Amino acid sequence: MQGKPRILVRGAGVAGMVTAVTLAERGGLVTVYDQSGRVGAGASWMAGGMLAPWCEGESAPPEVTAQSVASVDWWATHVPDVTRAGSLVLAPPRDVGELARFARRTSHCEMIDGKKIAALEPDLAGRFHKGLFFEQEGHVDPRKALPALLSSLLQQGGTMVHASEKAPDSADFDWVVDCTGLQGRTELSELRGVRGEMLLLRCPDVTLHRPVRMLHPRIPVYIVPRADHIFMVGATMIESENAGAMTVRSVTELLNAAWTLHPAFAEAEIVEMGTGVRPSFPDNVPQVVQEGHKVFVNGMYRHGFLLSPAKAGEAADLIFGNAGG
Amino acid sequence: MSAEFYGVSLRSPLMMGTAQYPSPEILREAVQAALPGLVTVSLRRESAGEQAGQSFWSLIRDLNVSVLPNTAGCYTVKEAVTTAHMAREVFNTEWIKLEVIGEPDTLQPDVFGLVEAARILSEDGFKVFPYTTEDLIVAEKLMAAGCEVLMPWGAPIGSGKGLNNVFGLRALRAHFPGVPLVVDAGIGVPSHALRAMELGYDAVMINTAIAGAGDPVTMARAFSLAVEAGVLAREADPMEERDMAVPSTPVIGKAMLS
Repeated sequence: MQGKPRILVRGAGVAGMVTAVTLAERGGLVTVYDQSGRVGAGASWMAGGMLAPWCEGESAPPEVTAQSVASVDWWATHVPDVTRAGSLVLAPPRDVGELARFARRTSHCEMIDGKKIAALEPDLAGRFHKGLFFEQEGHVDPRKALPALLSSLLQQGGTMVHASEKAPDSADFDWVVDCTGLQGRTELSELRGVRGEMLLLRCPDVTLHRPVRMLHPRIPVYIVPRADHIFMVGATMIESENAGAMTVRSVTELLNAAWTLHPAFAEAEIVEMGTGVRPSFPDNVPQVVQEGHKVFVNGMYRHGFLLSPAKAGEAADLIFGNAGG
Repeated sequence: MSAEFYGVSLRSPLMMGTAQYPSPEILREAVQAALPGLVTVSLRRESAGEQAGQSFWSLIRDLNVSVLPNTAGCYTVKEAVTTAHMAREVFNTEWIKLEVIGEPDTLQPDVFGLVEAARILSEDGFKVFPYTTEDLIVAEKLMAAGCEVLMPWGAPIGSGKGLNNVFGLRALRAHFPGVPLVVDAGIGVPSHALRAMELGYDAVMINTAIAGAGDPVTMARAFSLAVEAGVLAREADPMEERDMAVPSTPVIGKAMLS
């Protein structure tokens, strides 16, 4: 066997960081380079971090669910603070019919009543009488998980190029893995951007233990609890590559959903309004593409945290062979 | 004989919206399965500036089907007029499906704003397809404002309730015999679309019923068959309804077994 292959990973979003750690574990000497010099400078920082293979199956093709079932375990073994408390799907009274449709198009969930909802989330007691519980799902805070992956990479002998250093030259590496998201469109012409907007709220009056999705025919919204009574409320899906500031319309829609979930959100502080543009292929399914000694891992759409482990595994198989190198 | 929409006859009386599909790829497959007469596409104002929606719009153009841009989500005359101008630039067409929404829960058209916006846009050379109610007088005012097509609702947008006021839709059809009429909004299943065609409507406009189905591609095909059935049924001159049974097999001369 020759020495460790030198691998350059371009892009330090969720696809890049998961790929970097996976390649380091498989025996690569990994260097991560991101134009910004830091992890999570793009859409990943705005992500909900829901590890919800079955819920996503409502609108995503079956292969997305199949490839993401193992990702809850992957995250749990790679970063601290992965919460495995399932996810809850609720609907306002007049949209309760949407729950049946959601259940029909997904699996691994149970229809629960108000009593069970109250047992799971005491703060929602009496507010909802019917819901879906996806017990095996989890969630993670992207803003903790990505730095944790960087530490793990550094511990395994990998490096990240500092912002002040000069950009690495591909010629110095055996392999280049391109995880640059929308910037990769010069070589992957089918990529497009899908705008997403999110809010961070601080609301000491509400405690939730798991992500809650609110079904509404027009604006399905989710609320993900994070530490210190911070809640991430997301996310719009707009066919636009504009990364500019959030619009009043979107803020209103997201806040209305939060308020419908619990009126105490009316008193919450708005800590942040964020916009990200998700790199997406026409079928909204990510691709791993090899061209010589270059591998592209791109098109994560809204499934970066869910699908990066599987896609990183595919990239590693291309580089090390299926046997694991 | 198929109707002409501002001088253009469409290959199919099915019009498809392009929003809410699980992915652009599924939208493309649905369009291929149904071969609609046209597709509508909405422009969000935040996409306008530096053409940020370009990627999606070029996917729509690549569908190789006529595009009818719309002003979905506009609540004021000014917004709708601005969006129409943007659409004309982006899609290089004077066709505009005009929506001026009056109220967020029912997404009911603001017919007063609608008539005003229709007049402004028609005077500016637009060919306006107004999303309206089945109200006859509003329809007359829209025609007076320059519209040559009417798009009354079947039921509120996305409700899937079908044709809420068959009497009203029938009256509208009778009142405007020569005007192309399209049932827009509220259609939930193919039988609703078929019913609209049987009532003599020239086209139906479907978005949520296809995009929100578990299998949009198969549902697109189902709708395309339904509107085709409607056209054929009309051409075939349907029988009249009657109150008494008419035996379909002659009974005279039949052996009586007792």
